[in-house]
Amino acid sequence: MKLILNEEELYLKETAKNFAENSTPVNHFRSLRDNDDPQLWSEDIWKEMVALGWSSILIPEEYGGSDFGLTGICAILQECGKTLAPSPLFATGVLGAYALTHFGNDAQKSEYLPKIASGDITTAVAVDESNHHNPSLTETSAVQDGENFILNGKKTLVVDGASADIIIVLARTSGNPGENTGLTMFLVDKKDLEIKKLSMADSRNYANIYLDNVTVSKNNILGDIEAGGDSMDSLLDVGRIAMAAEMLGSTEAAFETTLNYLKERKQFGVEIGSFQALQHRAAQMFCEIELTKSAVMGATKGADENSNDLQRLASLSKSIAGDTFHLVSNESVQMHGGIGVTDEYDIGFYLKRARVCEQIFGSSNFHKERYANLSGF
Amino acid sequence: MTDLNQFREETKQWLDENCPPTMRKDAKGIKPKHIDEVWGGRNAKYKNPETKIWLDKLGEKGWTMPTVPSEYGGGGLSKEETKILQEEMMAIGTNSPLLSFGIWMLAPVLLEYGNEEQKREHLPRIIKGEIRWCQGYSEPGSGSDLASLATKAEDMGDHYLVNGQKVWTSYADKADWIFALVRTGPKEPKHDGISFLLIDMKTAGVSTKPITLISGKSPFCETFFDDVKVPKENLIGDLNRGWTIAKALLQHERKFISSFGLAGAGNGSGSSKKDLIGLAKSHYGETDGKIANDFFRAEVANHKIKEHAFGLTLQRAGDEGGKASAVASMFKYYGTEHNKERHELMIAASGKAGVAWDGNEFDESEKNLTKSWLRTKGNSIEGGTSEVQLNVISKRVLGLPS
Repeated sequence: MKLILNEEELYLKETAKNFAENSTPVNHFRSLRDNDDPQLWSEDIWKEMVALGWSSILIPEEYGGSDFGLTGICAILQECGKTLAPSPLFATGVLGAYALTHFGNDAQKSEYLPKIASGDITTAVAVDESNHHNPSLTETSAVQDGENFILNGKKTLVVDGASADIIIVLARTSGNPGENTGLTMFLVDKKDLEIKKLSMADSRNYANIYLDNVTVSKNNILGDIEAGGDSMDSLLDVGRIAMAAEMLGSTEAAFETTLNYLKERKQFGVEIGSFQALQHRAAQMFCEIELTKSAVMGATKGADENSNDLQRLASLSKSIAGDTFHLVSNESVQMHGGIGVTDEYDIGFYLKRARVCEQIFGSSNFHKERYANLSGF
Repeated sequence: MTDLNQFREETKQWLDENCPPTMRKDAKGIKPKHIDEVWGGRNAKYKNPETKIWLDKLGEKGWTMPTVPSEYGGGGLSKEETKILQEEMMAIGTNSPLLSFGIWMLAPVLLEYGNEEQKREHLPRIIKGEIRWCQGYSEPGSGSDLASLATKAEDMGDHYLVNGQKVWTSYADKADWIFALVRTGPKEPKHDGISFLLIDMKTAGVSTKPITLISGKSPFCETFFDDVKVPKENLIGDLNRGWTIAKALLQHERKFISSFGLAGAGNGSGSSKKDLIGLAKSHYGETDGKIANDFFRAEVANHKIKEHAFGLTLQRAGDEGGKASAVASMFKYYGTEHNKERHELMIAASGKAGVAWDGNEFDESEKNLTKSWLRTKGNSIEGGTSEVQLNVISKRVLGLPS
């Protein structure tokens, strides 16, 4: 396993960098927020991303994709993270594409993958039910009724839940909360769900989803019945790694903005970056960011090369990305002084984004505990 | 490709014929308990006579420094061949027994800055382990501000006359030669008056005195120069241009010290091969395979995650090739701080036995752990303090103003 990008991946990253800087600078996000955009991402921008082939990177060639692998799409997400570019790329391009490619049957693949690739539909994954991520505690029930299942329950903080056409719902077909067995994944159409859009600190697209006697055909089971716990875990791992990559990009941008500020802001007649109290903290952040880059690269390459240590690599990258984004977003605000806490200045966006990202698919604490369990201590 | 295959076959055969039985895995595949690690030199002692045989065999081939050109006594191997050599040595469970400041620090700068005669004179002896080197950098008045060093070398026509004192010279009492920074330009700005000089420790006027550390004993010494006559051909590079060489050597030293951060990469200097998780489980107990103290378990998880990411970072720097030297300070800073933390966690895991010092009530590994822990406190001081490394990162990597 070589921890460097190959030529294709470098090309994707370079393309994404140009796109993010030119088409989705931070002001793009700011205007969506200021205009109370109902879905908080732009259809036009998403069409351009689709045209660049980003929605189909994880999709096999026979279904209209390019099958470039997780490292490729994570390189793009990292660049998008730098300018806080909102889009369905994470929930659709990563989660939906991966879930259907790996767990869909032939009919489901033919039905959905070409539509994901072409940008005709977007997807979301509904897994959490309380304020803390813990899939094995799933209570949402799915009870068989002839050819159908009847679903009841509530899902929280579904990423892109307020706009997705198809939602992958994890529900319990047997067993009790606390058990990772007895879980099944269902493909559910948004028209069958009660969706409550959330307003979160980072002003992105999230929803709580209520299932009240929702009838789902057994043909819409994704993957094997009762195998949803393990399938969801591997889907989540891919999502955790992708989220870590996006968080890394945001961290890098917050750090760079702060470094530039340290070099230009003058107090006491000198640049504040000449003060050792700030220099050492900046140097320590640099080290943490370098470690985070390595963890994310190790995880994306591990996924593409079918590492048997992928679960640990996913928890490693999500926990480190969370801790580093947490540290750097806090320090960035502090080092900017007064303007750091104004809404007019962008750096506060990174702080708010950091805390929400930390909650998605498991906080640092969740992943440290999981890392310890997987490591046998 | 066929050439490489042939090289692999020849290497395999040579190792099979020349690597002594106690220096490799036995018939059952069990690795040797320890290959004596030796420092070589004029007064080298070998616990196991086969260690000397093995070192001599490797030295003849130049395989203690495989990539150094053969005219300087090295292996003359390409990168690919070196990788094959390492793989084949690993396959039979052997490694070079030679520990050497000559190999880690001096040889790379000799290759870059030494003249033809100096390379031919010194490199073969480093590679064969015939001469043991020590490092004369710090002085009592020049620690972090190394460039303020005062040991002077006066031009006496046919030789330099050296007077002054060095401190923290590891193994000076056992070394044959010292590479030292000396002041040759007392009137120049401090960085522009320093030269890099090689001195035979046998020369009249050189003396050493060991330093006792908080860990009990140590390899460190003070080294005194009292009217020491040094031949002029022992100057490396140009007069008063030694600071450039000094910095290049420090990069090699930092790279070497930073490897302490990884568990199991132990090689003296306070590193310990003991397993943190094993200690925690045996002293705190286990519940369902988990360390039975939740707070300590969380600390271990934090530590292990950082260790994993640090290991991946070393790997990435290698894969990126060549960029590593720009961030040598990061590796030195992070690696040594991590090693200190690991030892703090290990003694905490051991409880009372973690602070055992002497006597029969505690076993050797417990007493050694206490000493290792104390020794690690020097890791973030020697070779440039953590604070100096952070200065280097903020100025040279991040470009923050002075």
